[in-house]
Amino acid sequence: MASTYGYFPGCSARGTGVAYEESLLTLFRLLNLSLDELKDWNCCGATSYMSIDEGSAFLLSARNLSRARQAGHRELVTPCSACYLVLRKTQDYAARYPEIAKSVGDSLVAANLPPLDSVTVRHPMEVLYNDVGLERIKSKVVRHWRGGRVACYYGCQLVRPFAEADRPHDPTRMDELLQAVGVPTIDYSLKTKCCGGSLTGTIHEVGVRLNYILLKEAARKGAEAIVTICPLCQYNLDAYQGEIRKHAGEPLDMPVFFFTQILGWALGGDARSLGLGRAISGRRSIEEWFSKHAEEVESYV
Amino acid sequence: MSKANGDIRIGVYVCHCGTNISAVVDVKSLAAYGATLPNVVVSREYKYLCSDPGQDLIRQDIAERKLNRVVVASCSPHLHEQTFRNALATGGLNPFFLQMVNIREQDSWVTEDKQAATRKARDLVRAAARRVAWNESLERDRIPIHPAVMVVGGGIAGIHAALTLANSGKHVYLVEREPTIGGHMAQFDKTFPTLDCAACILTPKMSAVKSHKNITLWTYSEVTQVDGYVGNFKVKVRRWPRYIKEDLCSGCLECLKACVYKEAKFPDDFNVGLAKRKPIYISFPQAVPQVPVIDPETCIQFKSGKCKKTCIDACGERHAISLQMEEKTEEVEVGNIILATGSQPFDARRIPYYGYGVYPNVYTALEVERLVNASGPTGGEVVLRDGRTPKSVAIVHCVGSRDEGTNRWCSRVCCMYSLKLAHLIKEHTGADIFNFYIDIRTPGKGFEEFYQKLLNERVHFVRGRVAEVTDWALDPSEENKLVIRVEDTLAGIVRRIPVDMVVLSTGLEPQADAEQVRRLFNITCASGGFFLERHPKLAPVSTFTDGIFLAGCCQGPKDIPDTVAQAGAAAAEALALIDAGFVETEPNAAYVMEEVCSGCKTCVAMCPFSAIEFLQEERKARINQAKCKGCGTCVAACPSGSIYQHLFEDQQIFEEIEGILTNA
Amino acid sequence: MKRLKAFWLSTEMRRKMKFQREADPLWAQKIAERPGCEGLFSCLQCGTCSGTCPLSIYMDFAPRRIIALVREGFKEDALSCQTIWLCASCYSCAVHCPRQIHITDVMYSLKREAIQEKLYPRHFPIPVLAQEFYKMVRRKGRSSEFWLVLRMAFRTNPMQLLGMAGTGWQLMRTGRLRLRQDRIEKVKELQSELAGREVG
Repeated sequence: MASTYGYFPGCSARGTGVAYEESLLTLFRLLNLSLDELKDWNCCGATSYMSIDEGSAFLLSARNLSRARQAGHRELVTPCSACYLVLRKTQDYAARYPEIAKSVGDSLVAANLPPLDSVTVRHPMEVLYNDVGLERIKSKVVRHWRGGRVACYYGCQLVRPFAEADRPHDPTRMDELLQAVGVPTIDYSLKTKCCGGSLTGTIHEVGVRLNYILLKEAARKGAEAIVTICPLCQYNLDAYQGEIRKHAGEPLDMPVFFFTQILGWALGGDARSLGLGRAISGRRSIEEWFSKHAEEVESYV
Repeated sequence: MSKANGDIRIGVYVCHCGTNISAVVDVKSLAAYGATLPNVVVSREYKYLCSDPGQDLIRQDIAERKLNRVVVASCSPHLHEQTFRNALATGGLNPFFLQMVNIREQDSWVTEDKQAATRKARDLVRAAARRVAWNESLERDRIPIHPAVMVVGGGIAGIHAALTLANSGKHVYLVEREPTIGGHMAQFDKTFPTLDCAACILTPKMSAVKSHKNITLWTYSEVTQVDGYVGNFKVKVRRWPRYIKEDLCSGCLECLKACVYKEAKFPDDFNVGLAKRKPIYISFPQAVPQVPVIDPETCIQFKSGKCKKTCIDACGERHAISLQMEEKTEEVEVGNIILATGSQPFDARRIPYYGYGVYPNVYTALEVERLVNASGPTGGEVVLRDGRTPKSVAIVHCVGSRDEGTNRWCSRVCCMYSLKLAHLIKEHTGADIFNFYIDIRTPGKGFEEFYQKLLNERVHFVRGRVAEVTDWALDPSEENKLVIRVEDTLAGIVRRIPVDMVVLSTGLEPQADAEQVRRLFNITCASGGFFLERHPKLAPVSTFTDGIFLAGCCQGPKDIPDTVAQAGAAAAEALALIDAGFVETEPNAAYVMEEVCSGCKTCVAMCPFSAIEFLQEERKARINQAKCKGCGTCVAACPSGSIYQHLFEDQQIFEEIEGILTNA
Repeated sequence: MKRLKAFWLSTEMRRKMKFQREADPLWAQKIAERPGCEGLFSCLQCGTCSGTCPLSIYMDFAPRRIIALVREGFKEDALSCQTIWLCASCYSCAVHCPRQIHITDVMYSLKREAIQEKLYPRHFPIPVLAQEFYKMVRRKGRSSEFWLVLRMAFRTNPMQLLGMAGTGWQLMRTGRLRLRQDRIEKVKELQSELAGREVG
C-alpha cells in the first residue's frame, strides 16, 4: 500500500526534535508511505500565539490547512502534539463558532487561499494504528527487541481535548503498536500527565520537577525507558536527567525514545537514520540495546 | 356533522379574575361588546366567576333567561373548564354547551398593552360566540374498571403497592423478573438514618406477599405484551422455567449442597459479582419464593446432557425438580397497572479516572453493602481483595451524578448512603474514613442529625470532587496504596491522600431496558430516561396513559421512605378508580362515518395511541372510543374525509376561524 | 489596602476584603461570551479542575478560584495573577470538569486580556516568552527554539543562560541545536494577513 500524506513538520522537527523527523521518515519509508512536506508552511503558533491573539492564532493554522488543500492533500500528518492540537482546534472552532469561521474565512479569501475545510489532521501514531494496522506492522518485523521494558508516555495535547488520536484517560494505541513489535510495556499511570511543555525553559524548577515525577514513577513501575510521541515531551524528559540526578539524588539515566525510533528499528531501519545517537540520557542502555549489528551509534559533533 | 338547532340564546360572562385580567383587559367594555354579538341575550362581567356566587350567576341566567349556550371568558380551560361545565350541568344544561375563552394566560398575562389586549379579547369572544352556536349536546361514556391490578416489579415499591391493594380486597398480580422479590433493598445491610436492618424490615413484607390470598406472585417472569386501555388491560406474562416446581419445593436447599459442582464457580448477581454461585442457586436465604432456580446456561445437564443429577436424588420423594419444564405464557385481565421496575446503579467503569475495574481495591457502594452485610460474601468483614483489613478508606461522592459527561441529575440517595457506609465501615474496621463531596445533601427527617453524628465520629469530610484515583506513589507513604488527588476547596489546598480502599458512591439511573418497557406500556420517558409522571408536582404517580401508575425509582431516584409513600399513593389512585367502578371519558373522540370510509387504512398507522382497528370483513376503520385521546391526526389525515371528531367538528372550527377574522 | 504599621513589630497587615463596587459583572459576562467560555456560570466550584491540574500546587489562585473570581467580576485579581501564565494548556481540567467547561479556553481569554490591559506580571518569564514567540513568528513565519530562549532570557534574567549552558552543550553535541533562523518565503504575505486582523 503506497500512500502519500501531506506533512507538516513543525518548528522543532529540525531542532531539538530532529531525531523524530529522521525516524518518522525512515519508518514511513519502510512501510511504503510517503510524506509530502507542505511547501512554505508557517509555524502553528502553539500555545504562545493563542495567549496573545486568538484570531491570529487561528489564522496561522488556517493558512497551513488551506495551503494543504491547495496542494491537493486530503490529509495532513503532523508529528508534534502541539501542532496537531492547534490545527484540530482551528477546524473545530471554525466549525462551531460563526464569528471565528467568518474572521478566518475572510482572511483566507483576502490572501487568495481556499477555505480550510476537508483536510483531516492526522498524527503518525494513529496513522500507523488505523491506516497500516497492527497485523501489517507485525508482519514486517525483522528484529527482536533486546531492550528493557518501556513506559509509553502520551502527554496531553494529542489525547486531549480531541479524542480521535486515542482515548483521553487511558490511551493504549502506542502500547499496542510497540507490543506488536515485541516490546514489553508497563502499566504507566502517569502516561497522560503533563510534562510542563515550555515550562522547563521559563520556570525551570517547576518544569524539571514535573519531569522528575514522570521519570521516577516510570522507574518505580519497572520501566527502563520511556517512549514518547511529542518532540517537546521527549526533550523535557531527556535533557534534564543530569540535573535531576544531582538535585533529587535519584539515580536516573533512562533513554527517552520516539515511538517511531522503536518501530523503525524493529522494521529494519539503521541506527543513524533513526537518530538513535541523538539521545542525551540513557546512552549506555542505547548502546547495549541497539549495537549488535556492528552499527555503532555515532556521535554528531 | 353538526348543525345549529333552533333558537340560540347565548350568555357571555367575562371574568375579572381579581385584577389578573381586569388590570390589562377592559372587562367592562368587553362585556358590553359581548352583548352586541348575534344571539347573545345576556352579557356580564364579574370579579371571580369560578367562585360559588359567580357560578350561581350563570345558573340563574340559564334558568331565568332560558340560555342554551354559555361563553366564559376567563382563565385557561386547564384550570376551570371542568368547574364551568359542572355549573352548566347543575344548572340544567348539557355541559358541552360551554365554550371557554382564555383571556388570561393567552392575553392579559402576556402583554402590558391594554388596547391590544382588549382587542384580542374581543376577537376571541366574538369567535367563541359564533362557535358555541354549533356546539352539540354530548354525553360522557363510562368505561367499567376491572377490579384486578397488576404490579410490575417486586422491590419494596411493588411489594408495598401490592400489599396495600391486596389488603383492601383487590386481586393483585405481582410480576418480578428476578427469581425472588425484594429488589435492591434486599441487598442492603442497614438503612439510613436509623440504621434499621434492611432485611429485618423487608422480609416480613415479603412473607406477607407470599401468604396473601389476594396476591398472585409470579417471579422469574416478565410482561411481554399489553393490550387494552384503562379498566380493561389484557396482559401477557412470560414465565421462565425454574426447572423446579414451586408448589412441590419445600425450600430445604438440599439440592444446592448436592450439586456436582463442589465449588461455586459462576458470578453471583445478588452479591454483585463478589461471590460465586452454582448452576442451581437461590439468590439469598430469605428469598421469596423459597425455591431455587437452575440456570440452563451453566448447568452441565443442559449443556451436555451428561450429569449425575445428584440434585434430583437429593430432592428425593418430593420430586420438585423437573428438567423438562418449559416456559409458559399467562394471560390476565386487569384494570390498572402499577410500574415499580426500579433503577440500576451507574456503571463505574464509565469514569475511567476513578480506577474501577483497573485497581482491585476500588469498589462500588453496592459491593460494599454486600461486604458489610453479615450474610454477604465475607460474612460482614470489610476486607480488601487480598483479605487485609483497610486502615484508610475514601468514599467518593457523585460518581455518575451531577456530571454532564454521564448523568446530569443528582441521584438523591448517595449522600445519605455514603454517610451510612462511612459509619458502618468505621464500625467494622476502625479505619480512617474520608468522604469527598461537592455538597452534602441531607434533607430528610433525621438526615441532618445523622450527618452531625458522623462529624462527631471524626469521619473526615473534604469538600472537593475527586480528580483522580491513582496508584502513582510520590512518597514512600503512598506505596501500595491508592492515592486520591483532590482540592480541599474549603481549606484551599490541593491534597494527596493515600488510602487502602476506595468506595465509589455511584448514582442511580434508569434500568437498561427502560425504553423498551415504556413502549410496552405505552407511556413516556423524561429526558433522563426515567418514566414520566403526569405532573411533577400535582400528579407524581400517574402517567399520561390512564390506568398506568408509577412507584419508586423507575420514576426518579429516591430513598425507601419516599418509595413507600409513592407506592401507597399509586395504590390509592388505582383503588380510587376501582372503587368508582368506572371512568368517564372526555367526549372528544374521533369517529368514522363508515359509509364514506374507503378502507385505505391511512388512519390506522397514524394513530399514536393505537386506537384504530381495521375491520377486515367490512373493510372499514373503527375507532375505539375509550382509547382515542382526541388528537385529531386521523381526522386531518383521512383522504376521503370520513373521520369526524366530537367537540371539534369542522363547522365549529370554521365558525371560530371566521369569528376571529371578521372584523367588528 | 491600608497598611497598619505597628512600629514595635515589623509586620504589615493587609486587609483582604472586597467591596461590591470592585466587582465588574459586565466584564464577567464578556468573558463568558467568548468562544469556548460558555458554561462559565454553571460552575459548581467542585474543585476537580484544581485537583487534576499538575500546576495547581504552584499557582497563586487554583483554577477553581480563578473561575470564582472571574464570574463575580474581580477583573484585576484574575488578570494580574501568575496562575493563568502557569497554565500549560494540558486540558486535564477541561476533560475532567463535570460541567464540561473549557477552562483552558478561559485561561487563554484571560491571558490575552491581561496582555491587552497590561496587567500581566512584567518580568514573569512566561508572558515574555509568549510575546517573543509572537514577534518572531510575525517576522519570520517560523520559530527558532534557540533564539526564543535567548531573547526571553535577556529580557528576564540573563544569568540563567549560564545555567543553561550545560544543556546547550548536550544539544549541540547531539546535533539538536539549530542556530539558523528559518524564514518562510511568503513572509510578507503572512504579515499582511496577520496585520489585517483585529487583535481580539
